[in-house]
Order: sequence, then C-alpha cells, then structure tokens
Amino acid sequence: MLLIGCGNRNRGDDGAGVLVAERVRELGIRAEICTGEALALIEAWCGFDDVVIVDAVVTGAPAGKVWRWEGPDMKIQECSPVSTHGFGVAEAIKLARILGRLPKRLRMFGIEGRQFAVGTDVSPETLRAVEELTRQLTEEEAKQLPTPVVEYL
Amino acid sequence: MTGRGTRTIRVDTLARVEGEGSLYIKLVGDRVADVKLKIYEPPRLFEAFLRGRHFSEAADITARICGICPIAYQMSAVHAMERALGVRIDPAVRLLRRLFYCGEWIESHALHVYMLHAPDFLGYPDVIAMAADHRAIVERALRLKKIGNRIVQLMGGREIHPISAAVGGFYKTPTKQQLTELVADLEWALEASLETVRWTASLEFPNFEQDYEFVALRHPDEYPFNEGRLVSNRGLDIDAAEYEDHFVELHVKHSNALHSVVRGRGSYLVGPLARFNLNFDKLPDVARNVALEVGLRPPVKNLFRSIVVRAVELVFACAEALRIIGQYEPPAAPRAEAVDRTGVGQAITEAPRGILYHRYALDEKGLIVAARIVPPTSQNLRQIEEDLREYAARLVAWPIEEATWKCEQAVRSYDPCISCATHSLKVVLEREEVDED
Repeated sequence: MLLIGCGNRNRGDDGAGVLVAERVRELGIRAEICTGEALALIEAWCGFDDVVIVDAVVTGAPAGKVWRWEGPDMKIQECSPVSTHGFGVAEAIKLARILGRLPKRLRMFGIEGRQFAVGTDVSPETLRAVEELTRQLTEEEAKQLPTPVVEYL
Repeated sequence: MTGRGTRTIRVDTLARVEGEGSLYIKLVGDRVADVKLKIYEPPRLFEAFLRGRHFSEAADITARICGICPIAYQMSAVHAMERALGVRIDPAVRLLRRLFYCGEWIESHALHVYMLHAPDFLGYPDVIAMAADHRAIVERALRLKKIGNRIVQLMGGREIHPISAAVGGFYKTPTKQQLTELVADLEWALEASLETVRWTASLEFPNFEQDYEFVALRHPDEYPFNEGRLVSNRGLDIDAAEYEDHFVELHVKHSNALHSVVRGRGSYLVGPLARFNLNFDKLPDVARNVALEVGLRPPVKNLFRSIVVRAVELVFACAEALRIIGQYEPPAAPRAEAVDRTGVGQAITEAPRGILYHRYALDEKGLIVAARIVPPTSQNLRQIEEDLREYAARLVAWPIEEATWKCEQAVRSYDPCISCATHSLKVVLEREEVDED
C-alpha cells in the first residue's frame, strides 16, 4: 500500500493529509507527501496497485469527521478547475481514469477541517481525526499482511 | 441585426492560467471602449519582507513566489547577489545552472503547450476532456513534464520549491553518473519535442499580428538563460544594471500587479516570441532546423503561434541539457565563497514566460536593505491589454460566448503567471446593446 497525504502544513487543517502521512510512516507504512497537484499525484501513485489518498475536505460536516470513498462508484464533483492552482485530487482521478492510470484499488479519505488560514494551527478535532485514521489504516494494513511463518526447530 | 451598441465581454474566471484574475472588455458599437485585466488579489509584499534578511536567504525566499518557475527566481536572486558581492562562479557551476533552467523550461513549456494552451486550439474546455480523444498526446505531455521534473529534483533537491541553489553555486552538485542517468530520458524528450513542434505547427491560428517591441536577453554564444545584455528590436541594448533607467512600473487602479513599460515608448513583449525573434541565430541546429521545417521564421508577430515557439524552445532545452551532460565534469567545489559586504547587484534571467529582474542592496553585514523584483507577467500586462483592445475590435460581430472564448485564448497565449505578478484571472466581456436609430 502507498499512502499519499495531500495538503499544506502552513494552512491549519489543510495539513491533515500530510500529518497522516507522517504518522503512518513512523509506523512503517510507505507514505508520500503531495501538495495535491494533479499531475504530481498521478506520478506519485504510478506503479502502485493499492493507494490511499488522504486530504482535508470541507463539506459542512462537523470538523474532524472522516469521510471514506472507494471503488468504481466514487463520484467526482463535476466542477472545472479554474487555474492550474485548482488542478487537484478530483482532476487527478478524472484524468487518470481516462488515461488508464488509476491504481487497481484506490481509497480516498477526507478529513473535515474548519480553519485554513495561513499560519493557523491544526484544530484539536482534526488532530483527533488524524490519530483515529492512522489507527484505522494501520489496522487495515496489518490484516492485509500474511501471517508470519514461524519455524520450530 | 446590424445595430451594435455598448456591449461587455465578461469572463468572470479565466481558466488555464497560473493563478486567478478577471478580464473586462467594454465594446461600444464597433469600438473597444475599455479593457481591464483585473488583478485583484492582495499584493504579496515579498520585496518588503526580504528587507533585513541575509543575502543567502533570498534564493529560497523568492523561490516561494512561484510554484511553476521557482528556478527563475533562484537564478535571478543568486546572480544579483553575486554581482553585489563580487563573487565569480566556476564554469562547471555555470553549466549546471543552465541545466537546472532546462529542467524548468521543459516542465513549464510542456505544461503550457499541452495542458493549458492546446485545449484552446482543439476546442476542449480542459485537458481532461482533451485526454478522452487525444490520449497519446496527453501521455506524451505527462512524460515530458516528468523528465523536466527529474532534472529539477536532481539539481534542486526537490521538485517543488527546490532548495539547492546558493550564492556562488549550489549547496550540493550532482555526480557525473547522476547526470548520465538522465540521458536516455532526454533523448526521448528531444524526439518528443520535435514531434511537439510539428504537431503544434499543424494547429489553426487566428490571423492576428502586432507590431511588438520584443525584449529579451542576448548572449554572444548561446540561447539565453542566465546572462546576456537586454536587447530589443527597437534599439535597446543595456546591461541589467541599467534596467531601471529604461523601464518603469506603473500602478493602475484596477490591478494589484504593476504594469511595466519602456520609458518613453510604452508596452513591450517578453517571453518565447521575444527570445525566438531576437536569438534565432543562437538556437542549436536541431531547434532552428525544425522551426524552419514548419515555416517558423523570425519575426513571429502572431502571439497565438507562441505555442509553436514554446515547442521549439522545448527542443532547445532538451538539446542543451544533453550537451551540458555530455561535457560535464563536477566543479572542484560546489560553490564559491561569498563574504558579507556592502553592495548593490542587479540580474536578469529568462524565466519560461519572459525576463525576470532582481535588484538587491546589501549592508556591511550582508543584510538586504532594499529589494526590487519585476516578474515577467508584470512586464507583459500592459501588452496583454493592448492586444485585447485590438483583438476584441475584430470580434465585435461575433456571438458573445465565442468572442469571450477567443479573448481568453489570447490571454493564455502569454502563459501569464498571475501568481508571480500577484496572484490571479477572471474574464468579463461586456456588451451594451444600443439602438442605432
């Protein structure tokens, strides 16, 4: 599995994805950090069959809520990016789908944020969500691993 | 309908540019009454917060101005500092800086040619829609861009906001082996770039030529990146130190980005067209020959053809990178020593979208007491507005939607980096109907 944490650590809760990437790395899971720029994302997951993307989201739900999207029915908002600065995760998935560059398994986690101003701290709700998602992902990953074979002499 | 009164072309959000802004064009009858490229995002104040920082920090601070062309900022910053401090760089370092710039040009031009500009010519709203019908072309773009990224990552330590450029050289220089590993990719990129020239030349271009003052660096021996005199087709021929004697930035009410003009003459054009027209004889044979093969000769005065010129510059950047790697021997030291002292230094380098000017004044501790940065998009802004004034006048009979699309396309031909100029682009084309009776 490759986890890609998207976001900007200098913008409060926008750093949620980056924090998760840093946490799972400490626990031995391979993780990359991306700004979320579409072309870089497609490059980052190239060659991986099982990819998890974590990014901050704003849906109006309470801060700290963790969303999960997975599978072929994953709906991508039909909203054309304006500048290249808006060419992000959704566009990466749309473009990769057309180019046949989506990983076989793609899980997307969104952590609901509430403060995104430059220089702000990560909110306590987001920090709790980062820990919860880290725990959940490491547990899922552990289940995927083959049971260690112990040979008795 | 024959009556044409006052109309406004309005594009609220100009797409496929770096950053966000808006464009407003007012048509009265067959006349263009007003054109405003509105840059409304707040100023970013980089020049102010550079003050008091040590000269060694300027390259890393100014790199943050732009995510697309950070190397341009680093190069202009280190060259200006080296002039202020009297530092001479190793010839191998000079070559490495050119290679670094090749990476940025490949990244930036591949992005603009394929992702931002090509959808205009092929009639798609964006590259995602284009990819469905032109998958192989988009694949080629992604691979080209990735090769540019590899050079930037190797030379700069990372792809985004690289960290290796230093006054006097680099904090770390690559081994010969590391550069040799890029060769196979670059050979592919050179072929792909030649294909890009042929492909872009086959697109259809609006017939729109203007009598521009082209401004670019010119070097006696090479197509310009980091040094040379600043020249124009109207007789300008100056050193970077004289830049502010010849150019002035004006504040306009509707824009947070300043408009730069040539003193006594007005608007001017920087970027691929200017470089190509003023340095055609300095292109390597492979780039010059493919330009001639597709019928591209200086002076190119049609801005829409900048997509072909960018493709020719892609060929140049790949060929130049291969040339540099072929002759590379690592420098004795990654960088020359730079000692704190009072001084003033100016430098101009060629960012993908045009010349980038930096000036710094330093005190005896090497701290910055004054900084001046004139990004390429500020230099083109006045010209963009003047182009639109001319171009919109030819579109008065068009349906508003199509006219708006064409105006957006015209702006995109400049590859404006509004983030550098401040940050932004929305387009508004207003048209007021009046009764001709």
